[in-house]
Amino acid sequence: MADLPPPVQGPTAKEKKYDRQLRLWGATGQAALENSHILLLNAGPGVVGLETLKNLVLPGIGQFTIQDSALVSEADLGVNFFLEEEHLGGFRAEHTCNLLKELNPDVQGGFITEPIETFLNTPESLKPYTLIIATAPIRPEHLAKLSAHANTSLVPLFYTHSVGFYSHFSIHLPPKFPIVDTHPDVETTSDLRLVKPWPELVQFAMEKTNGIDTMDHEDHGHIPYLCLILYYLEEWKKEHDGQVPQNFQEKTAFRTLISKAARTDAPEGGEENFEEAVGAVLKSLNPPEASSSVLSIFQTEECQNLSTDSPTFWVIANAIGRFYTKYGVLPLPGTVPDMKARSGEYVQLQNVYKNKARKDVAEVLDNVRSLESQLQRKKPVEEKDVEAFCKNAAHIKLVHGRPFHIVQQGNPIKWGNQAKTAVEALTSVYPESLIPLYFAFLAWDDFVAKHSKDSLAGAPKLPGETDPETDGYEVVGIALKIMDDLIKEAGAVVEDTDYSDLKTKVRQYAEELVRAGGAELHNISALAGGLVSQEVIKVITEQYVPVDNTAVFDGVKSKSSIIRV
Amino acid sequence: MAEVLESSQPIGSMDSRAKWKYLDNILTRTGPFTDEDFPCGEGAIESLSRAKVLVIGAGGLGCEILKNLALSGFQDIHVIDMDTIDVSNLNRQFLFRHADVGKYKADVAAKFVEKRVKGVKITPYCGKIQDKDEEYYMQFSLIVCGLDSIEARRWINATLVSMFDDTDSDSLKPLIDGGTEGFKGQARVILPTITSCIECQLDMHAPRAAVPLCTLATIPRQPQHCIEWAHIIAWEEERKDITLDTDDSEHITWLFQKALKRAQEFNIAGVTYSMTQGVVKNIIPAIASTNAIIAASSCNEAFKIATGGSNPFLGTPGADNYMMYTGDDSIYTYTFEHEKKPDCPVCGNLARPLKVDQRFTLEEFLDGLAERPESQLKKPSIRTEGKSLYYQSPPSLEEQTRPNLFKKLNELVEEGEEVVITDPAIPGQFKYKLRFS
Ligand SMILES: [Zn+2]
Repeated sequence: MADLPPPVQGPTAKEKKYDRQLRLWGATGQAALENSHILLLNAGPGVVGLETLKNLVLPGIGQFTIQDSALVSEADLGVNFFLEEEHLGGFRAEHTCNLLKELNPDVQGGFITEPIETFLNTPESLKPYTLIIATAPIRPEHLAKLSAHANTSLVPLFYTHSVGFYSHFSIHLPPKFPIVDTHPDVETTSDLRLVKPWPELVQFAMEKTNGIDTMDHEDHGHIPYLCLILYYLEEWKKEHDGQVPQNFQEKTAFRTLISKAARTDAPEGGEENFEEAVGAVLKSLNPPEASSSVLSIFQTEECQNLSTDSPTFWVIANAIGRFYTKYGVLPLPGTVPDMKARSGEYVQLQNVYKNKARKDVAEVLDNVRSLESQLQRKKPVEEKDVEAFCKNAAHIKLVHGRPFHIVQQGNPIKWGNQAKTAVEALTSVYPESLIPLYFAFLAWDDFVAKHSKDSLAGAPKLPGETDPETDGYEVVGIALKIMDDLIKEAGAVVEDTDYSDLKTKVRQYAEELVRAGGAELHNISALAGGLVSQEVIKVITEQYVPVDNTAVFDGVKSKSSIIRV
Repeated sequence: MAEVLESSQPIGSMDSRAKWKYLDNILTRTGPFTDEDFPCGEGAIESLSRAKVLVIGAGGLGCEILKNLALSGFQDIHVIDMDTIDVSNLNRQFLFRHADVGKYKADVAAKFVEKRVKGVKITPYCGKIQDKDEEYYMQFSLIVCGLDSIEARRWINATLVSMFDDTDSDSLKPLIDGGTEGFKGQARVILPTITSCIECQLDMHAPRAAVPLCTLATIPRQPQHCIEWAHIIAWEEERKDITLDTDDSEHITWLFQKALKRAQEFNIAGVTYSMTQGVVKNIIPAIASTNAIIAASSCNEAFKIATGGSNPFLGTPGADNYMMYTGDDSIYTYTFEHEKKPDCPVCGNLARPLKVDQRFTLEEFLDGLAERPESQLKKPSIRTEGKSLYYQSPPSLEEQTRPNLFKKLNELVEEGEEVVITDPAIPGQFKYKLRFS
């Protein structure tokens, strides 16, 4: 063992416990989770909210608090996993909180048994929380209060239903919610700059292909495929006025050119590096232009008009925007896929990419520093943030968070600039949208608002609790009106046959929703809790791409839809 | 499928069901999609509480599945798992605590859910699914799988297909299978011999391409290549007498240091302890959220089946049977019908055409079967109708057939000839028709 490097520090206890998730969101994502404090406003049978929390306590959020004024009933025991017989008659908030806390000793949990009315009326009662989850049924005025809080404090708000075989959730994010680490698919993200190579790369490729026709088989079969493509691109350009292959036809012809250049008399038969080059032609000859969504981020008001206290994201975005204006390309990500090559040559090639990427980062960092001094910013942007941004610059996302629909007695739902898209989704055959199910959920909320029991603290009456037929008739009526209002707002015309199909769909969804009588099915709540917790994790870690902004799940067909509202 | 048995004692007397108030709204009412044969009311309640269900796996999915089934009104649940609890399970396998590390998963999980949900009976078996015979599997009305091994799935699938007897409807055991990886997963329902089976769908779960041995041995380029070299080559050379235990941190540390040193020799950056562990143990990232989604979707289908059609379920012949889920970029599900393959080696009866290079030796051909997405057989034995080409066991037959390994395929079989391949990991036999290319 004498020739081995010194012994290593193995993983810490925390790294061991969280190993399977750290492989996804890393230490920075984990730290963000650990700094969060999540409030659950629990209602109804109360399962979906707790299943959500379960999936957040396990990976180690910092804190959670459950507000729930309900007492534990017998019915809770048949649907809720975080209650036991001995808790009957006690506060549901207290007992569910205690059993959830058992899941992870690193997580702090608290509970509030005060009714939601008085809780929300207490000034600053929402202040401690970094993210809020509200579950249906909830009075529209309470939901509106939460939405107002989300608007002013920029705290993300989630609202979710789980009723019978169906579930829904909506997310209200801050109006500008940027994400750098979107975790794009590795396959689709390699940006190799083969049609816009820089001098060092060209030189490297020329060195490695020098005397290509007279090389021995061993050398010829180990030329990295990137060099092959660059070499044959030069050959191609000689015949095509200095242009690289432009369209599919030319790219195919170029591919044939490489394919024909492979030796067939090599000892192994074909040549793997040529095969790799042929396989990569179609995806690597696109000009490395930034996507329109990335360009629009550079055009955003926040990016154009920086201030002393602009968030780091915008400062870096501005600096990269300048870089793009100057060079017409984004900073190079700098990663190279694996390919047939000798170890040493591959490492050299990697270094050609890495060095260029470092140079680009340095230039962006210079831009950042000069912006900082212009703006007289106190805390300098960290270099590692600039690096991470440059590496993923082509895939950054800006989510435009906004309030979701809240039913208001006597007023139709407003779709605004989403009305047209919603009607398009409604009438689209493939993919089939579950937007009629969303109407049914809105109608369900409207029914609840209308039939609230008299006393303020009384539980609302849920559709189908005692009389599914009468309530079903009413909910179907409301849901159909919501659809009609949407079609009217969009100024759209829906053909008669389509319209009658849609009416049937809306009716069926509403009736199935009412059949449940406000009941949660544990499976559907567990599923919805999985979806909501996943979105909460994305929002807190600012990684991956969250739902924009509403999702419904149909447990009869086992299908989901995303709806922008 | 399980029929509703004549009841000898009243199970569903209404006042004892206060606990099931929510569930009963669904069981005692019909909806717009309910099957017309749905035994609304007492019948559905009884059908559900008498269904005996087997859960395979008590890990990330299994914990969720046991909880979900218990809170869906199933009362007689069995669970099989051979594993013991590791500290890295605790970020999602919520039925286990730190003090349980080292104990059998099936035992701890069963006890926990029994204690939490009163009235449910959960019978654990801590061992392999292969320990059990057809008679054992025959007692269940359906089987829900939450496994991380393709091999175990293929084994139970082939077993259930071979158990089906078309004169006995009780021998049809619906198989519901869930799987996850990071933010992705799938849930599928299989009616053995009737709808597309795990083997029909095998090519949708292709194994990762192995790195060629010569790359590991002579031209490593990636940190993973150095780790694989330490794992496959260095260990064999230097520590042959010690069985590699990937859960032993001394072993992982040894591999890590070997890999690191090799990486330094080749100027390759990026070898870490965590990466070493990931490569050697083939670690798949796993989180509670995705497990919750996939397990719940599987149990939702189990519930719809066991209630006799409280709503339509996936897997009805001619309907969707597969839900694919992706959650990293927004949320996307794709639910579709995967069609049964008439040449499926397990549930079909036609030999599947297989393109092969006739210049390959039998050995090369057999090695290739491990990596082909549609076969993935690791220890194949092969024969034609008339002769034994190669047998892995018994030793005498292996020795006798070994010389064939070095013969070219076209010396052993005719173009278009049918061969039968067996593999100890999967019951039954695979029929292929060899096509030369
Ligand atoms: Zn099959």
